[in-house]
Amino acid sequence: MGQTISEKILARASGRETVKPGDIVTCQVDLAMVHDSSGPRTSGKKLDELGVPVWDMDKLVVISDHYVNLDTPAAKEVQDICDDWCESHKVKNFIRNQGICHIVLPQEGHVRPGMFCVGADSHSTTAGAFGAFMVGVGATEITGVMATGDIWVRVPDNIRMEVTGELSPGVAGKDVILKICGEHGIMGFGYQVVEFCGEGVANMSAQDRMTLTNMAAEIGAKTGIIAPDAKTVELLSSWGVSGINADAWQSDADAVYAKRLTVDGSALAPQVAAPSSPENADDVTAYKNVKLDQAYLGACTGAKLEDMRMAAQVLKGKKVASGTRFLVAPSTVKMREQAAAEGTLKILEDAGAMILPSGCGGCIGLGDARLAENAVGISSTNRNFVGRAGPKSSKLYLASPFTVAASAVAGEIADPRDML
Amino acid sequence: MNHKGKAWKFGANIDTDLLAPISALTSAKPAEAYTECLKDLDPTFAPNCKEGDIFVAEENLGIGSSREWAPQYLQSCGIRVVLAKSFARIFYRNCFNLAVPALVCAETHKISTGDQLDVDMEKGEVHNLTKGETYKCDTVPEHLMQIVADGGLMEHLKKRFKKAS
Repeated sequence: MGQTISEKILARASGRETVKPGDIVTCQVDLAMVHDSSGPRTSGKKLDELGVPVWDMDKLVVISDHYVNLDTPAAKEVQDICDDWCESHKVKNFIRNQGICHIVLPQEGHVRPGMFCVGADSHSTTAGAFGAFMVGVGATEITGVMATGDIWVRVPDNIRMEVTGELSPGVAGKDVILKICGEHGIMGFGYQVVEFCGEGVANMSAQDRMTLTNMAAEIGAKTGIIAPDAKTVELLSSWGVSGINADAWQSDADAVYAKRLTVDGSALAPQVAAPSSPENADDVTAYKNVKLDQAYLGACTGAKLEDMRMAAQVLKGKKVASGTRFLVAPSTVKMREQAAAEGTLKILEDAGAMILPSGCGGCIGLGDARLAENAVGISSTNRNFVGRAGPKSSKLYLASPFTVAASAVAGEIADPRDML
Repeated sequence: MNHKGKAWKFGANIDTDLLAPISALTSAKPAEAYTECLKDLDPTFAPNCKEGDIFVAEENLGIGSSREWAPQYLQSCGIRVVLAKSFARIFYRNCFNLAVPALVCAETHKISTGDQLDVDMEKGEVHNLTKGETYKCDTVPEHLMQIVADGGLMEHLKKRFKKAS
């Protein structure tokens, strides 16, 4: 019987020939990631309480991204704790204030196909875009990983999610995942792994695929995964990863899936998720004319270099509406530099964008992109729960970088296909 | 293992931003931050929750972030057992890691705030003493009950390292 890519990774990590859904196995962790909030401040302290060292310093990556660039005593304290802990524990891979962990981690060459990784953040699923199996856990759980190098895993059922056809101009990975969330719900794939495949995925850029696996968290999945191809290898190579064996990490033709589902990529319209859940997704036309105070391009979900390029395609030669703030917080510092070097950032700035520092910021209701009382916003981020990106009275719509940019120009929710 | 307590009943899709708002996570007084638990949904919960109470919800409890403060704040409010029709997976694991048993019960819609419950974790039964009803719940995998019995993952790990040395 064949195995899926996820089963192959879990079998290798648990030292078995094969695994099947429902098995509870102990896996050896290839890489553990924590950030300033889930790391030194919480799990770091707990590790010290256990009085044991990090099991393998080569396999731990600490990335500060949550409470960075904030002028409050509490945020500064978190940064100090993070800096001090990494110094006193001689953390080898401490990436300080260079952008959001889920993008920085692969960008700095830490992710490769076939790895079994654990991250202390729910969007750790992002690394699945590179054929790695990465799950999110909480602070005490990652303490256990840092101490022992292992973790228990219930082998999940596999869902094969085929995106058929090629996406239309102005439609992106974000629209695909919002469509899936709208159709199947925020817990549609609880405890399962969703494997994205098909022509639509093959035609997407490797960076855009990261948006699919990033928001595997918003369809309840344990994680999302995409088998690596030439585009994966090319992007990882540009990020300094060499010797990738993409062929070793593919699902077998006779692998068993609990469900085989499809999304019609060629017929897909831009999607917008209304307040206050990503599952409130519908075609952009359903929400046209909703007036906006703010449009935000940001987070691990929606401000990668490719995302900024999408926004620039819409914004070239246009101006943001006078009553709407347009804020851009590039996912990483390096991507901001790349966007500046190639002229993408200038297009955004000329249109009226205010460029913010890289970090989780507005997505978690911190910094300059936090929504004001009663404000209505649209953003390329992943969640719009009550109280997440602003006070209870604020309202947030989720959409792709194309749609966020088009809406910034219109001052109300707008269809990007009319502006390309 | 049995636990008796008074129910606090909530609906579906209680997310981690409601349970542990960002204002609490960045509070200048971290020791009191738990009092902001569910402030945007039911501000009466945190001030009135008592030691030993049971948190009851419907589908998808704990969706969203991995922030362990979500179950930790419930625990700080006094919650000792959590029942729901389904759980977000990270929240579910976080509960056990903090020694708060999280039980999957398909009939939580029959429970009301204030009901006295007696939860039998071995048998997988919830007795509603107020309404005179009994509901089935899924039994908990043995390795998770062991973590609870040890007092949470930290104590479990301490035991593991003690044995090893």
